[in-house]
Amino acid sequence: MTEWVIEAENLTRRFGDFTAVNAINLQVAAGEIFGFLGANGAGKTTAMRIFCGLLEPTSGRATVAGFDAMTQAEQIKRQIGYMSQKFSLYGKLTVKQNIRFFAGIYGLSGQQVKHKTTEIVERLGLATAADKLVDDLPLGWKQRISFAVATVHQPKVVFLDEPTGGVDPIVRRQFWDMIFEAASRGMTVFVTTHYMDEAEYCDRVSIMVDGSVAAIGKPADLCAEHGVANVDELFVALARKATRHGD
Amino acid sequence: MAAVVVEGLGKSYPRAETPALSDVSFQVEAGEIFGLIGPDGGGKTTLIRILTTLLLADHGTAAVQGHDVVRDFRAIRSLVGYMPGRFSLYQDLSVAENLAFFATVFGTTVEANYHLVADIYSQLEPFKTRLAGKLSGGMKQKLALCCALIHAPEVLFLDEPTTGVDPVSRKDFWGMLGRLRDGGITIVVSTPYMDEAARCDRIALVQKGKIIALDTLNGLLESHATETFAVKGKALFPILNDLRAYPGTRYCFAFGQEHHLVLEPDAGGPDAALAYLRGRGHEGASLRPTRPNIEDVFIDLIHEQTHD
Repeated sequence: MTEWVIEAENLTRRFGDFTAVNAINLQVAAGEIFGFLGANGAGKTTAMRIFCGLLEPTSGRATVAGFDAMTQAEQIKRQIGYMSQKFSLYGKLTVKQNIRFFAGIYGLSGQQVKHKTTEIVERLGLATAADKLVDDLPLGWKQRISFAVATVHQPKVVFLDEPTGGVDPIVRRQFWDMIFEAASRGMTVFVTTHYMDEAEYCDRVSIMVDGSVAAIGKPADLCAEHGVANVDELFVALARKATRHGD
Repeated sequence: MAAVVVEGLGKSYPRAETPALSDVSFQVEAGEIFGLIGPDGGGKTTLIRILTTLLLADHGTAAVQGHDVVRDFRAIRSLVGYMPGRFSLYQDLSVAENLAFFATVFGTTVEANYHLVADIYSQLEPFKTRLAGKLSGGMKQKLALCCALIHAPEVLFLDEPTTGVDPVSRKDFWGMLGRLRDGGITIVVSTPYMDEAARCDRIALVQKGKIIALDTLNGLLESHATETFAVKGKALFPILNDLRAYPGTRYCFAFGQEHHLVLEPDAGGPDAALAYLRGRGHEGASLRPTRPNIEDVFIDLIHEQTHD
């Protein structure tokens, strides 16, 4: 039987009379790379905040790693990893200090922290940069360190909010190598991106339009179903139908 | 006359290991959309800030519409429109107030130049009393473009106007830029999105403070037509790892639902590569020649630089 790591059932969130997320249904399996797509303002961020235990649903249900987003938000926070362009590392700490800090926050023991620090520095080939301030590193390195730090406690699922902006095509793909590698070890990856070629690396994607899930499935199947060549065309076809503007 | 002439520009920041710009030269023709394409930290913003007279170069010269960026900075400031990468309108002024403010600062009125922004501003008009800080990302971007246009600039500098913007809004934005160009405005625009190269008349690929290639998109694709193969198969990640371990592979990267593979010249060609993949258990794998796109070209150029 498939183990669902994220489940949303008629998940709804209103702000006043504005329905940001409107009765969405989706399930993400363990070890899956799931692309969560949508135009700015379609409701992605709101849904993601609910899945991360940062916002309560208005109605419907969301469970993440077996915990309910309404009643067990604190347990969810312990089970997940989160990375975004905006919130990630402390620039005035070194690479090692960042790893130690986040590993400590996630409750790893002193021994585990030591082990993890060595492992991450080795795996990312950071030996020469380990004692440098994060502020002084290239963006691509910061992104890879952020990912390593967000998964330092081996969460069941990691949420990546536009993780790869602003880097060159090789560096962007090196980041995806890390995603593929994590997923191959069984970690569930839930990722938002504005790069539609990255959407095609996902096992499945959903596209949100005006707070609802307008399409969900394997990229190739969805493209065939809608008679388009790639996810970019699919996205444009669906998002053009949006009636609400802005976020 | 070229709209922008850059000769031997160099700029270093204290503490940085490599120069932000080193010996950069190019020209932008009047009435074209010129794209500066490349990753963050490559020098795009530094270049735009020098051209808009907000930063002094260490070496070299630059001129905009025939005016030197150091000597004639005042003349340039009224001739150019500038949309910085970071949203820099007044968040506690309304949409209409921001536009009026920028018109006034440049000694004109919204009415006098409304025709320039009408196409874009009409989409903001329903929200004209809203504070700029309360706008969505897409609307902020449109307002910033209006404010950069309201004094009828001859050259428009846009620093990563589409970063973090969804694909549909990006396409709309490029539609607007195309219409502005058709109206006679020269546009210099930077972007980290390679696919936007297709919307520029000419592009400069910028990496580590240098222009590593400059041409039309088609010119670039033709002059860097490295033989590239598209590889498909069931287990894409294992295929990627196996191809990277293959001695005949120069490099291999994921491209959507397939991988792009470039082989070493003496590696036995695609048949040997396919036989290798089949031997590694990828029975259903396929391999066919494909036309490199702009990302392939960029990867090829970076690869050349780092492996020479």
